[in-house]
Amino acid sequence: MVSISSNNQKQQLLSKIATNDGHGENSAYFDGWKAYANDPFHQTENPNGVIQMGLAENQLCFDLIQEWVVNNPKASICTAEGAEDFKDIAIFQDYHGLPKFRQAVARFMEKVRGDRVTFDPDRIVMSGGATGAHETLAFCLADLGDAFLVPTPYYPGFDRDLRWRTGVQLFPVVCDSSNDFKVTIKALEAAYEKAQESNIKIKGLLINNPSNPLGTILDKDTLRDIVSFINSKNIHLVCDEIYAATVFDQPKFISVSEIVEEMIGCNQDLIHIVYSLSKDLGFPGFRVGIVYSYNDTVVNIARKMSSFGLVSTQTQHLLASMLSDEIFIEKFIAESSERLGKRQGMFTKGLAQVGISTLKSNAGLFFWMDLSRLLKEPTFEAELELWRIIINEVKLNVSPGCSFHCSEPGWFRVCFANMDDETMRTALRRIKNFVLQTKGHNNKATINKQCSRKFSKLQISLSFRRMDDFMNSPAHSPMSSPLVRT
Amino acid sequence: MKFLSKKATCNSHGQDSSYFLGWEEYEKNPYDEIRNPKGIIQMGLAENQLSFDLLESWLAQNPDAAGFKRNGESIFRELALFQDYRGLPAFKDALVQFMAEIRGNKVSFDSNKLVLTAGATSANETLMFCLTDPGDAFLLPTPYYPGFDRDLKWRTGAEIVPIQCTSSNGFRITESALEEAYQEAKKRNLKVKGVLVTNPSNPLGTTLSKQELELLLTFIAKKQIHLISDEIYSGTVFNSPKFVSVMEVLIENNYMHTDVWDRVHIVYSLSKDLGLPGFRVGAIYSNDEMVVSAATKMSSFGLISSQTQYLLSAMLSDKKFMKKYVSENQKRLKKRHEMLVRGLKKIGISCLDSNAGLFCWVDMRHLLSSNTFDAEMELWKKIVYEVALNISPGSSCHCTEPGWFRACFANMSENTLNIAIQRLKDFVYSSARDSDIQNHQHSNNTSPKKKSFSKWVFRLSFNERQRER
Repeated sequence: MVSISSNNQKQQLLSKIATNDGHGENSAYFDGWKAYANDPFHQTENPNGVIQMGLAENQLCFDLIQEWVVNNPKASICTAEGAEDFKDIAIFQDYHGLPKFRQAVARFMEKVRGDRVTFDPDRIVMSGGATGAHETLAFCLADLGDAFLVPTPYYPGFDRDLRWRTGVQLFPVVCDSSNDFKVTIKALEAAYEKAQESNIKIKGLLINNPSNPLGTILDKDTLRDIVSFINSKNIHLVCDEIYAATVFDQPKFISVSEIVEEMIGCNQDLIHIVYSLSKDLGFPGFRVGIVYSYNDTVVNIARKMSSFGLVSTQTQHLLASMLSDEIFIEKFIAESSERLGKRQGMFTKGLAQVGISTLKSNAGLFFWMDLSRLLKEPTFEAELELWRIIINEVKLNVSPGCSFHCSEPGWFRVCFANMDDETMRTALRRIKNFVLQTKGHNNKATINKQCSRKFSKLQISLSFRRMDDFMNSPAHSPMSSPLVRT
Repeated sequence: MKFLSKKATCNSHGQDSSYFLGWEEYEKNPYDEIRNPKGIIQMGLAENQLSFDLLESWLAQNPDAAGFKRNGESIFRELALFQDYRGLPAFKDALVQFMAEIRGNKVSFDSNKLVLTAGATSANETLMFCLTDPGDAFLLPTPYYPGFDRDLKWRTGAEIVPIQCTSSNGFRITESALEEAYQEAKKRNLKVKGVLVTNPSNPLGTTLSKQELELLLTFIAKKQIHLISDEIYSGTVFNSPKFVSVMEVLIENNYMHTDVWDRVHIVYSLSKDLGLPGFRVGAIYSNDEMVVSAATKMSSFGLISSQTQYLLSAMLSDKKFMKKYVSENQKRLKKRHEMLVRGLKKIGISCLDSNAGLFCWVDMRHLLSSNTFDAEMELWKKIVYEVALNISPGSSCHCTEPGWFRACFANMSENTLNIAIQRLKDFVYSSARDSDIQNHQHSNNTSPKKKSFSKWVFRLSFNERQRER
């Protein structure tokens, strides 16, 4: 008997969460990855393919890690040297985590902050990546309908991580290029007021420092102001410091933990840090997320919630060993910073040569590129149109600013740490050629960051697509990998 | 303004329950053969520690999987970068084949319908997020695993309504119990979205009969609701009857082209069958593509470490080894189970007849001072503090009848198990003596029932002693 139950009826049997768009995968951010997945660049096998520049991965230092793994067989519970630990590790499911793992993570976090702060290993709580950490904190700090302030532009994943299953809202604090997208207390106060007026209960402020997508860090004064702000409003501060060790240039990174330690009268119960090893060490596959809270109740509850996303003990064991090798870690952090700095420098200088400006940044695995003067008009439709060209004709997957909720059209996030040198040179060549071609059709415009509002008269024939076409493409898994293809 | 969320300040995490309190006592005073021979023996932890030697020897013989290598080449980098929530294809393929093998290959599974999660804990919560809105209810037969209170209800806002099962029929699920639970939910104004069963059962250690499975399918067909079958112990069936998966019954009873097909979902994990709880390997299997799609996206909150996926894909694909492992593991479980059942029988304590799991459902009703849960708690405290055994009281599993306890047997050495049984023996005999002395002293005041109760215990133990001689 074939059931004629319609999709609608079927949907009613599932939850609202399962059938809404809260997973965020219909956003443009993920859409470009489809183009890459269908036609991925390969040096020899597909030299005209799409180069992936939309994935913030750190692939520059695997040689160092690999060398360490080979020289430290005991760190793996499966090698002859490490096998005696297999049983104890495989059996261990305590959500406190392996003590040596927590100690090693705390120590590593201290090192990344130049040993200017101390972290208590007993406050280290595991989670399923930073993804899990954010959701857990939202569950702990806010009820259905409550909101978090978040400065724009911000990482698109926050829409899913903080809102999807929790029912919590995100309320944007709009930042713009007039002051290099810096967060100001004025903007925070304005957003807070606006939320009050709309009867939206603000439970906290979420900041990403260093910032994704900007690649910039917060200076001490701003951090202090932010901490004072949340104290005065008695709201929480969630600081995502996932890119802490990717800082490659001055000024040096200042963590909120430094403010907490030095500020008198700061209510520590309001401060929570999200961390992960996915960016700093380049291990997204190992799913190591950390919630570090100065609030005892939150530590306690988040730890209970960590049952839903514990780190595999096999991985805890390996990383406990690796992170406690202080000599190796110091060398790694320094070398990684240098390679990232060099990479970023090559790209941004290369782009400057053809008049493309980028936001001055000193951290992250990407830079924030200003293509506003290449837009037909200063609208998001034009941004997406340009983006389509960049993907389909220039064959680069970069991420359009609108997917980061940027308030100004024309900005793009470009990742640079997920490819080898040769690919990087190819990508740079392609962007340069595209810009020069475009320039060739225009009148010469003044290359002035402040005048990004001026739009050029593009006469390139565009393969025009309706916005609907790319905004509503079917949800799919964004990440492709050689391991899936083999 | 409230500081933290309601979820953070309520106790729906369930960890104030006695199930977890017993663990706390154990943590303070854990038994160790040499260093703390008087400590508390942990019998409240359903772990499978019997077959690690087999896994260890496999590792020794398979250095590639162990050392992040494929054909001698390092794939560390690829693994470290692999965060695709669809999971490692080789691992999923191996896992579904393993699942089919456990079910005697009577069913086959499609790896595209499998979603990987960080343990069954995450799988169960994820399914609830997919199938229920806050306030909706799932029906669960009692007694059930205490962790469900947290996994199914805490962050999802879902409710559990019990399907009352009793010892009168070996705690089997009946049609009337199902219907009663459904009506109870209705009375409480709760929308029932499905039934969740654990098969084999925790804490009972029994497998669901074909009749029970058919009854469940008829029920969910009629009510147009879901069925979740948590089959985490499916590889631990050591005696007949053989394990019958709900998938098998679905196919045999021609549900394949009905809408019921899409409403049955299986949860699995390697924590019990392979004894690897630390590795956090769970899975959801569903025929409903919307569930698979939503659950896959949700798995981002709890993916399995790629390092672990790789190791296990190699191990599970070694079919010869896995077959040997499963069969040997079952033999060892059977032996342990018999040890415990026999040992308890000798001291007049019976267990529910069971053929699976890592524990026995022990009947200590006759040792209660009264047929109440207070008396059960009283007895439990004695067992934890005086006998120094951490076993789980039935009330923590929401059992409707006081006096039942779950005792695990696969997480300790044979020696330790014998010591545990000996301790219980001493306790039963001394209790009998004490209550008899008490009776003697207060013979005018005690109720006749209580008098005969303790007399029976004493007589029983006395008889045992005579037989031993």
